[in-house]
Amino acid sequence: MTKRKTAGRLLQFIIVLFGISFLTFCLIYLAPGDPVKAMYAANGSVPSEEVLKAMREKMGLNDPFLMQYFNWLFNCLHGDFGTSYSLNKPVVTVLLQRLWPTLKLTLFSMILMLAVSVPFGVISAVKRNKAADYIIRVFSFAGISLPGFWLGVMLIYIVALKLKLLPVISNDTGIKKLILPAVTLAFSMAAKYTRQVRAAVLEELHKDYVVGARTRGIKESTVYWAHVFPNALLPLVTLAGLSLGSLLGGTAVVEVIFSYPGLGSLAVSAVAARDYPLIQGYVLWTALIYMSVNLAIDLLYGILDPRTKER
Amino acid sequence: MAVGQIVGFCKKHKQFTAFFILSLFIAAVAVCAPFIATHDPYEAVISNVEQPPDANHWFGTDKLGRDLFSRVIYGTRTSLASSMLLVFVTFFVGSSLGILAGYFGGLADSVIMRISDMMISFPGLVLAIAIAGILGSSLMNAVIAIVAVSWTKYARLARSMVLRIKNKDYMSAAVLTGSRTGYILRKYILKMTMPILIVTAATDMGSMMLELAALSFLGFGAQPPTPEWGQMLNEGRAYLQNSPWMMFFPGLAIFIVVAIFNLMGDSLRDILDTGND
Repeated sequence: MTKRKTAGRLLQFIIVLFGISFLTFCLIYLAPGDPVKAMYAANGSVPSEEVLKAMREKMGLNDPFLMQYFNWLFNCLHGDFGTSYSLNKPVVTVLLQRLWPTLKLTLFSMILMLAVSVPFGVISAVKRNKAADYIIRVFSFAGISLPGFWLGVMLIYIVALKLKLLPVISNDTGIKKLILPAVTLAFSMAAKYTRQVRAAVLEELHKDYVVGARTRGIKESTVYWAHVFPNALLPLVTLAGLSLGSLLGGTAVVEVIFSYPGLGSLAVSAVAARDYPLIQGYVLWTALIYMSVNLAIDLLYGILDPRTKER
Repeated sequence: MAVGQIVGFCKKHKQFTAFFILSLFIAAVAVCAPFIATHDPYEAVISNVEQPPDANHWFGTDKLGRDLFSRVIYGTRTSLASSMLLVFVTFFVGSSLGILAGYFGGLADSVIMRISDMMISFPGLVLAIAIAGILGSSLMNAVIAIVAVSWTKYARLARSMVLRIKNKDYMSAAVLTGSRTGYILRKYILKMTMPILIVTAATDMGSMMLELAALSFLGFGAQPPTPEWGQMLNEGRAYLQNSPWMMFFPGLAIFIVVAIFNLMGDSLRDILDTGND
């Protein structure tokens, strides 16, 4: 990527980020119910009308809409995302606490997903319409149609309750605690990704240069390893970045099932408690993580594929 | 003649026909639920709590002694109706905005596409949870939440197709001969874009159903006592150790129905792909 393109991409990133912060703010602003009442209700107290009025003034809820937005944004940029109603702690502290477990889970399932889907997708494409291809396709199809949350619960039942191989619930967030949630999360993603890998390799196999390489008598294994795979796997890097979005969203469901202390389960309980600042923080942070990773992949692309530099 | 054409199409595309008949069968189950169900899905019999599957209760009973088989059958109604509504609204909103953006361009285009840029920067389910949570938990709000995060796909698809059609000679001819905008939109744009958009909607049915079930599972969708599969799984979770059938059957129902819709969507796409060659 040229310098100009990189700058353009960064600018776009910042603009979209502003848009996202605006949308997130609107979401909470338009939410039904009075945030002050919600705040007191979360603490279980019923304040008088005067107290409510004073609090509204103090929180700046009587200001015009745009002023509220810019005040909020100003605070966010200074690392102040408000105070969680239900936990009575700064949102940043709570989110930071839960961030690492979720990242660990996401990364682990991402590695699992790649480790399964890349080889299977490649085998499926190379052995097209043979037994191996059909078996892999049936499995990847089943994976796409399987509800992830159901798979998770069934895994708990079979692996943890019946076979007693792994603990159902443990207090640490070590590797044992990570296995079942990560498998659940990776399963349906791996199924989708296997199909994408297969399609990408197949597309590459039909290109003229492969026919050319074969007619020149180049060994079949060299054709695959030196020509087809590097080319086919490149666009898959972008797709892997995009699939991170589904993983981050999927963590919410999986964390609830396995009572895993991450961002997702935090968000679900925040929604249940109508804890608006916490919901806001969660949405904003996840979007930021997702966007940053995809930006990094876009920027890395120039190094991975020098051809994009010249364009 | 029409019947002959349909028979010919079915013979040519056996795979699609088979899955189409299966999905009609699911729809039939939903419509005929009162005749298939063996019990009243809402009737709680406290003396019958958490019974394992037997001859009377084929899938067992739940925590309130309700017949699980009947609830799963009635659940077909809820899931099918809400997923169809979801797909239709997403399709309608996305396509209209996309066509609008593509055909008129200018400010409409910029505004719609920038919003769509922002929407895809959110991980889908994250935003859906937030929206469903803020609106309050109900099946309708879950539908709204998923529409809000998924319309962009249709908008982008419709826009790109319209942009491709817009520069064709017959479009210039239509404008030159003084066709009204409404006429052009109806006769040219809609006719050219609808087939692909409808196929996309059909292939999305399965995944939309899964997303809706996931929201219900988290408690942000259908509310008790509505028989809905995701919600039933949510209820059954606490009884996993002693009454696993409460988790097993509703999940299996989701899996089978989603698989059939996905297979139908795939074969429909295959037909379209070979048709384009």
